[in-house]
Amino acid sequence: MMFLVAIIAIVVTMLMILVRALLGPTVYDRILAINLFGTKTVLFVAVLGFLNGRPEFLDLGLIYALINFIGTVTVLKFMQYGDLGWEAASKEKPDV
Amino acid sequence: MRYLLGLIIGAATLWLLLSGVYKPIVLGLGGFSVLFCAYVCHRMGIVDRESVPLHLLARVPLYALWLGGEIAKSNWDVAKRIVLPGRRISPTIVRLRAHQSSELGQAIFANSITLTPGTVTVALRSGDAIVHAITEDNATDMEGGDMDQRVRRLERPFGAPARREASE
Amino acid sequence: MNALIDTASWILLAGGALFSVIGGIGMLRMPDFYTRMHAASVTDTAGMILMLAGLMLQAGLTLVTAKLVFVMLFLLITSPTATHALARAALEDGIEPQVDHDKR
Repeated sequence: MMFLVAIIAIVVTMLMILVRALLGPTVYDRILAINLFGTKTVLFVAVLGFLNGRPEFLDLGLIYALINFIGTVTVLKFMQYGDLGWEAASKEKPDV
Repeated sequence: MRYLLGLIIGAATLWLLLSGVYKPIVLGLGGFSVLFCAYVCHRMGIVDRESVPLHLLARVPLYALWLGGEIAKSNWDVAKRIVLPGRRISPTIVRLRAHQSSELGQAIFANSITLTPGTVTVALRSGDAIVHAITEDNATDMEGGDMDQRVRRLERPFGAPARREASE
Repeated sequence: MNALIDTASWILLAGGALFSVIGGIGMLRMPDFYTRMHAASVTDTAGMILMLAGLMLQAGLTLVTAKLVFVMLFLLITSPTATHALARAALEDGIEPQVDHDKR
């Protein structure tokens, strides 16, 4: 029961975040929304594991958290430098 | 050497806690991967006091506790401003001086600011942190320099005065 | 004792759910990108910490709790880093924050 309440709250939050991702207006709003959506997915997977009585799902959540972070930074880096950092090493701008 | 040892012990603990299967063959694979990772990191030359901050270990719990309290307070504050009707925000940008002597200390300071809701480090340039705060009060709190002080105490090696330590 | 732990975990999960939804509302309601980041960090910290703490109480002293602690630590370290990278990229891209007081 309590896991169900948590799941519903997470899904409602995810929907609101998706609306923000669709509305924009800037591309950074969208990246922020997608990054937050990823963290919510981690929570969703964790609570879902408890709801189904299979806490092993947490491993998936752990991996998802890491991939989400790397994905966000990669997209930002790509937008800023136009590549994934090979060129940036020679510029004076600091790394992300 | 002790940083390499710290890395190996840390990675082994992480692996043991995450695996949960303690059969000889799985343990062997885990040991192999820990040692291999340590070897690769050693070859890349990234095992030093910045990547394995052993000197912080003893002081981190107390700092984390204090930071948790700050996070709780400002969460409550920001949540109220979001929910209550009317415009209750006054976005402010301030420039703060980060007095930490090491880059690691400055990074911890900037991340602590960002982790606390209501304040976000927008840029960190040559020891100056540009901070976006959701209200003017939040910004003036930050200018009080309490967090800066605490991170400075956190990064200081044991027994040393608050001066810059000799660099490697 | 068991009922006590169950109640505590109920409260924590409900609190996490509440803060999570509040952050979502803030994402929709706040006027510009930089203020939206503050709303996002409410969900990222309070919502996440309370919910995972509620799950920890349910799991008790097992390896599952250890994994939950790791999930929390990873998120606590990575989320401010991602937020900072995002804010810096936005500022360098020329998106000026709408501010009442600029004391740069």
